[in-house]
Amino acid sequence: MTTPTTDSMAHARPTSLRRWLMSTAPQSRRQARLGRAYLAWLRFSENRLAVIGLGIIVTLVMAAALAPLIAPYPPNAPNLAERLAPMSSAHWLGTDELGRDILSRIVHGSRLTLYVIVLVAIISAPVGLLIGTVAGYIGGWLDMVLMRITDIFLAFPKLILALAFVSALGPGIENAIIAIAITAWPPYARIARAETITIRNADFIKAARLQGAGPTRLIWGHVVPLCLSSLIVRVTLDMAGIILTAAGLGFLGLGAQPPLPEWGAMISSGRKFMLDQWWVAAMPGVAIFVVSLGFNLLGDGLRDVLDPKSEGH
Amino acid sequence: MAQGSETSAQGSRIWRYGRKLSALAATVALTFLGLLFVTFLIGRVVPIDPVLAAVGDRAPAEVYERVRIELGLHLPLYQQFLVYIGKIFQGDLGHSVLTANAVTTDIARVFPATLELATAATLFGVVLGIPMGVMAAVHQGRWPDQILRVVGLFGYSVPVFWLGLMGLLLFYGRLDWAPGPGRLDVFYEGLLDPVTGVILIDSALAGAWDIFRNALAHIVLPAAILGYYSLAYISRMTRSFMLEQLNQEYITTARVKGVSEHAVIWRHALGNVRIPLITVIALSYGNLLEGSVLTETVFAWPGLGFYLTQSLLSADMNAVLGGTIVVGAVFIGINLLSDALYRLMDPRAR
Repeated sequence: MTTPTTDSMAHARPTSLRRWLMSTAPQSRRQARLGRAYLAWLRFSENRLAVIGLGIIVTLVMAAALAPLIAPYPPNAPNLAERLAPMSSAHWLGTDELGRDILSRIVHGSRLTLYVIVLVAIISAPVGLLIGTVAGYIGGWLDMVLMRITDIFLAFPKLILALAFVSALGPGIENAIIAIAITAWPPYARIARAETITIRNADFIKAARLQGAGPTRLIWGHVVPLCLSSLIVRVTLDMAGIILTAAGLGFLGLGAQPPLPEWGAMISSGRKFMLDQWWVAAMPGVAIFVVSLGFNLLGDGLRDVLDPKSEGH
Repeated sequence: MAQGSETSAQGSRIWRYGRKLSALAATVALTFLGLLFVTFLIGRVVPIDPVLAAVGDRAPAEVYERVRIELGLHLPLYQQFLVYIGKIFQGDLGHSVLTANAVTTDIARVFPATLELATAATLFGVVLGIPMGVMAAVHQGRWPDQILRVVGLFGYSVPVFWLGLMGLLLFYGRLDWAPGPGRLDVFYEGLLDPVTGVILIDSALAGAWDIFRNALAHIVLPAAILGYYSLAYISRMTRSFMLEQLNQEYITTARVKGVSEHAVIWRHALGNVRIPLITVIALSYGNLLEGSVLTETVFAWPGLGFYLTQSLLSADMNAVLGGTIVVGAVFIGINLLSDALYRLMDPRAR
């Protein structure tokens, strides 16, 4: 690996912004932070696969945000004259059993995918973080009880439990999200607890405690921020699994209900025509594959940058 | 171990084993209780009123009340939970609305099919995964390692039900190499008296080799697709275990003494990772039971996963929760036992 100075000489165009970011004597806290972020980005972008992953995720977000502009047709407008049409210049990915354009449905389906993973992350990550940091910081019997509960949830088969929850709550995308979130938090609690235990007795925590900070403030202000980076890595890597579970529930008819263009449900409806009109089932699966691949690649790259423990070998 | 260790040392070791085993038993019991508590809660939050389901909505109030008491729903929740546990330990999981059988009977009928599929899938993962992992470790950073990385990334990113459908499309629909969904061709179905319920074993026992061949042809594709995930997992773990071993000094010693490279890799290093590998294989077996839900649905494989999804779609709660308990119990058992096995067999963890 080249050092930053030889690197900038090799490119022979060290812009002033770059020099400002790379400064070894930052003038302000903001400059130091931005400089650190820039270095992290440099390390991240060295990993070409991770950049591809990031590109996939950015594409997903853009597709979700601009779906009505990108999609050539409305996602739910049937056109029985063009039922099950193969791929053509009019319908790049063909049409389904109601003549709906598959490309448009996949583009609109990205909104549902994003909706699921964002909500699952918003529900399960804070729950895991709270349980883990509290258990790790306070310790004693509370730690034992909380970790016992975590272990019990960890020992359950996730998909089966999610299936049982959905069957009780009734099919639907919101219930699928709740069911996945219920099964997703335990690893986060484990990670947060492990991080908390290693920093619980650090000098800066003692110093803050001596200055009169209470447990709430210590946990939220000092412990939680230090747990975040490893948690982010884990959540990113889990996104792929969450997408696959959500698609699986959709495929079984327990997730998003028709006519929502959820990718798993689209595969399920395309199954009936699979041997003759294979594109109906195949194309949404490609979308699922690409997006979860993106999260896996991104997660690997983030782990190299953010997780200090796996760094350096 | 030193020869001089006396009976007292032996005794204390047995005592330590015993203590570990009882701690393990407590963990298993607690986790299983947790599973039952969760299924109990799920059963209670179902929006269907179980009394109304039994008596119909035109029953008079006194009938409704009587049935409510018969079902034990007037009791406080914790007592209901105790009753629920008692029933489950008597092997009573209720009756399935869909098949009108006891859920335990149904599960006993479908479970061998899942066992057969999961075992075949694990075999696939082990037979391909271990050599791949070894090769990747030996040639770290070169093409066998890259292949392993791609296999792993693909395995963690691809939806298994979609892969199953595409496999059917290609090998059954287009190439006609594989038979269609199901365990047997319709022609062979019902010819065999179930002994173990595992068709491959039953047909071999009966000497019905044409049925055996047909069943084998049917299981290859679903087992390969279900086993793909364990292939990815087992090969990755084999690689990291092997890397750890190959960097140790006894390997250098063996090489210096002139042991052939083949023996160093396959006998010395691989021999030492046998124990952690058994744990990994057991864990992936447990995961396969779960993964079979989607695979079985795609391949119309009449196992527990297929039974579970059929019951789900018809809101047959007893069957769903019964299936959840069985899969959960097997899963918990395998998880915790493989952990225990590791601790008991690895001298460093003793």
